[in-house]
Amino acid sequence: MAAVVPRKPLTFWERLYLPAIWAGFKVTLRHFFRRKVTMQYPEERWVVPEGYRGAPYLVRDQDGRTKCVSCQLCEFVCPPRAIKITPPGPEVDPTTGNVEKRPREFEINMLRCIFCGYCQEVCPEEAIFLMQDYSLTGTRREEMIYNLDKLLALGGVHQDRIQKWKQKQREAPAQEVCPPVAGAAPH
Amino acid sequence: MSTVPSPAPNSSPTPALGWTPPPRPTGAAAPAIPAPPAVDTLTVTVNGRPVTVPRLTPDWQGKPAPTTMLQACAAAGVSVPHYCYHHRLPVAGNCRMCLVEYGTPALGPDRQPLKNPDGSLVIQKSPRPAIACATPVTPGMAIDTDTPGVRAMREGVLEFLLINHPLDCPICDQAGECKLQEYSVEYGRAASRFVETKVHKPKQVDLGPRIMLDDERCILCTRCIRFTRDLVGDDALGIVHRGSYSTLAAYPGRAFDNNYTLNTVDLCPVGALTSKDFRFRMRVWFLKETKSLCTSCGTGCNVLIGSRENVLYRYTPRENDAVNRSWLCDFGRLNYKWIGRADRLRQVRVRGEPATWTRALAELAERLRAIPAGHAAILASARLANEELFLLRKLAQHLGAETDIVPRHGEGDRFLVHPDKNPNTTGARVLGLAAAPPGANLPRFAERLRAGQLTALLVFGEDPLKHGFDPETLQRAELLVVSDLLPNGAAELAHFVLPGCAHAEKRGTFTNAHGRVQRFFKALEPPGDARPETEWLGELWERLTGERASTSPERLFRQLAEEVPAFRGLTWAALGDTGQDLPDGPPPPER
Ligand code: SF4
Ligand code: SF4
Ligand code: SF4
Ligand code: SF4
Ligand code: FES
Repeated sequence: MAAVVPRKPLTFWERLYLPAIWAGFKVTLRHFFRRKVTMQYPEERWVVPEGYRGAPYLVRDQDGRTKCVSCQLCEFVCPPRAIKITPPGPEVDPTTGNVEKRPREFEINMLRCIFCGYCQEVCPEEAIFLMQDYSLTGTRREEMIYNLDKLLALGGVHQDRIQKWKQKQREAPAQEVCPPVAGAAPH
Repeated sequence: MSTVPSPAPNSSPTPALGWTPPPRPTGAAAPAIPAPPAVDTLTVTVNGRPVTVPRLTPDWQGKPAPTTMLQACAAAGVSVPHYCYHHRLPVAGNCRMCLVEYGTPALGPDRQPLKNPDGSLVIQKSPRPAIACATPVTPGMAIDTDTPGVRAMREGVLEFLLINHPLDCPICDQAGECKLQEYSVEYGRAASRFVETKVHKPKQVDLGPRIMLDDERCILCTRCIRFTRDLVGDDALGIVHRGSYSTLAAYPGRAFDNNYTLNTVDLCPVGALTSKDFRFRMRVWFLKETKSLCTSCGTGCNVLIGSRENVLYRYTPRENDAVNRSWLCDFGRLNYKWIGRADRLRQVRVRGEPATWTRALAELAERLRAIPAGHAAILASARLANEELFLLRKLAQHLGAETDIVPRHGEGDRFLVHPDKNPNTTGARVLGLAAAPPGANLPRFAERLRAGQLTALLVFGEDPLKHGFDPETLQRAELLVVSDLLPNGAAELAHFVLPGCAHAEKRGTFTNAHGRVQRFFKALEPPGDARPETEWLGELWERLTGERASTSPERLFRQLAEEVPAFRGLTWAALGDTGQDLPDGPPPPER
C-alpha cells in the first residue's frame, strides 16, 4: 500500500523566491573574492603525487637490458586482459648477451587497462611499473595499443639493485677456476 | 604368507618320518594346506590409518616385486614427495625426497609381537628414516609421513637441491608443472642460507636435435638416463664430474637423437630438459588440454593436446596401459604442425568457384542421383574416423560404389611405432571400406576411369595423383569430389572441393592396429568453411535419400555398434578415456 507523504505547503516568505536568490548570490560573491581553485587543464597540469598508479610501462636496467623475461604472469593476472605477450620461441638470440629470455612482442591495450597495478605487483622481475601518466590519448584504436618499443621508451631506466643478468655474468668467470665441463664454458 | 605359529599341544608326530614336523595350527578340521588368498595382502598403517596392500606389486617391467612404502602410502591416499621415483622406471633411490619415518611391530622375548592393552601392536620406531620408494613394506609396519621429523627432512633435502639451482622459474619452461617448484612452495625456505657463489653449469646445451638441456636446473635424479638406457636401449646419457659439479651430459661425440628423446622432457621433474619445439613458446598454464590421439601410426598413442586461442602448441602423452603406457615417439609428437598450416583448405568450391555448403551439397546430391549404380567409386582414407567411414559406407552402399583406402607402410619398432602409418586402417577394414589387401582397388579405379566405366570419383583425405592416378585420368571423371585438409593436385581438378577437419578439430573414434577403439575430442576451431565430415556427410545423405541421418559422433557410434558386427557391444560412453578392444579383436592381416 502506498504511503501518502503530505507535502508541506510553502510559506509566503518562501513563495517570494527573492530571499533564496539573494542567498545564492551571496555564495557566488563570496567565492568571487576568494583564491581561485579551478585548474586550467590541459594548459595547467596537476602535480601527480608520489606512488600514483598511472599507465603501466616496461623498464630497462642501468645497462640497457630489457628486464622483462616474458614470464607472462602479468598477462595471466591482468583482469581486463589488456596485455598480450609474444614469447621469444626456441631460437637463441645472439644479440642479447646472457639474457636468456625476453619478449618478442609485448602489447598493452591502454583502452582496456584499468590501472589496477596487478601487473606490477605480480612481476617477479620488477620489469613493469605503473607510472605517472594518467591521460593517454590517440586518434585511432590501434594507436592505443602500446607495443614493446613504445613501452620501453616510455618506461625508461629502473635503478635495479639486483641486476641479475650482470650478476650472473660476474659469477660465471669464477667457475673457470674449476670449470664443470672442460673446454665448454657456459654461454 | 608368514603365519604366526601357535603352540599346538595336540599335534601328533608321524612315526614313519624320521623328524618331527613343525607344529600345525590348531583346528584339525582345517585342510592341511589352507587355500591361498586370491591376492596375497598385508596390512600396514599409514599415519595411523590401517591400509591393506598386496604383498607384491608389478614393477616397471611388470614383474612382481615387493610393494614399497611409497606404493602403500599411495594406496592410503597419502602422497609422498618424490623426484627420482617413477612407476615406469627402475628404482634409483637417489634424490632422498621421499624419506619417511617408520616402525615395525616390537617382538617380545618369545618372538611374538607385543600388544598394547587395547590390542594394537606395539610399534618400535626405527631410529633412522627410510626412502619410501625403495623400502618394501612388512606386515604391521607403521609409516609416518606427517611428523615434524619428516618435514624437517624434506626441508633439508630441498635446501640441498636448491643450493646450486637457479630458481629462475619466470624463465623456465617447466614452471607450472615443476615438482621442484611445487615442493619449494611447500618445504622451501623464503631466503637462502647459502652465501657462497652458486656453481654455474652449462646452459642452453644442445643435447640432440630435439632437446636443449639447462644443466643448472638438473637435480640429478637420473630419470632421463634410466629411461633411455633401460626402456629405449640407447645408453646415451650419463652424469659426468663429481659433487656440486656433477653434470648431465650426452656421451661425448654423440647426439641424443633416438626416436623417444622427448619423453625425457616429460619425465624430467624440473626444467632441465626442454623440448626445442616447445621451448619459450607458451607458458603451460595457458594451455587448454584436450584428450586426443596421435595420428602418425597404427598404434594410436593417447595424447593431450595443449592449445591456446586456437593455436596448437604441443602434444604430451596421456597414460594408457593398454596402448602407449606413458610415452610417445618423437615423430608422432612433433607431427602436428600441418594442422595449423596457413594453406589449409578453407573454402567450399564448386568448379573452382567459391560456394556455400548449402548450395554445394544440394548440387552434389543432384549430381550423385544422376550417376547410375556401379558408376561411382569412393577413395576413402584410413585417416578418417570410424563414424565418418561408417557414413561413407552407407553412401557407398547407396551408390553401389566400390571403395578403397590408401595403405601406408613404413618402419616400425618394438617400442611403440607401428609399420602401418594410418591411424584407422583397422576401422576402414572392419567397416568394409578397404579392399583386400588395402589399396588393391586403386589401379582398377584408374583403369575403369580411363575406360569410361567410372563416371564419379569421391576422394576423402587423399591425393589420388600421388597414388597412381594421373591428371588426364582424373579429368575423365564427370564428377570428381575432393574433400581434404591441405591443398593437393586433385583438389585443383575437382568439381567439388569440400574442406574437412583435422582430428584436433572434431570428435570421433579411431580403431588402432590392435583393434582398440579410442575416442578423440575437439581442441580447435576449424579454419574458414571447414566442417567436420560427419556433419556435412550426414547432410548430404539427407539430401540424397530424404532420410534423417545423425551427425553427432556419439549417435553415429551407437548406430555403428548396432549395424556393424565387429563393433557390437561397444558404446561411446564405455570407451572412456582409454578405449576398448573390438570384441573379436582386429581382423587378421592380409598382405
Ligand atoms: S594495470 Fe591492471 S589492467 Fe593495466 S595492464 Fe596492469 S594488470 Fe592489466
Ligand atoms: S613484465 Fe614482468 S610479469 Fe610481465 S612478462 Fe615481463 S617479467 Fe613477466
Ligand atoms: S626447474 Fe622448476 S624450480 Fe627450477 S627454475 Fe624451473 S620451474 Fe623453477
Ligand atoms: S635432466 Fe632432468 S631427468 Fe635428467 S637427471 Fe636431470 S633432473 Fe633428472
Ligand atoms: S623418490 Fe625415493 S629417493 Fe628419490
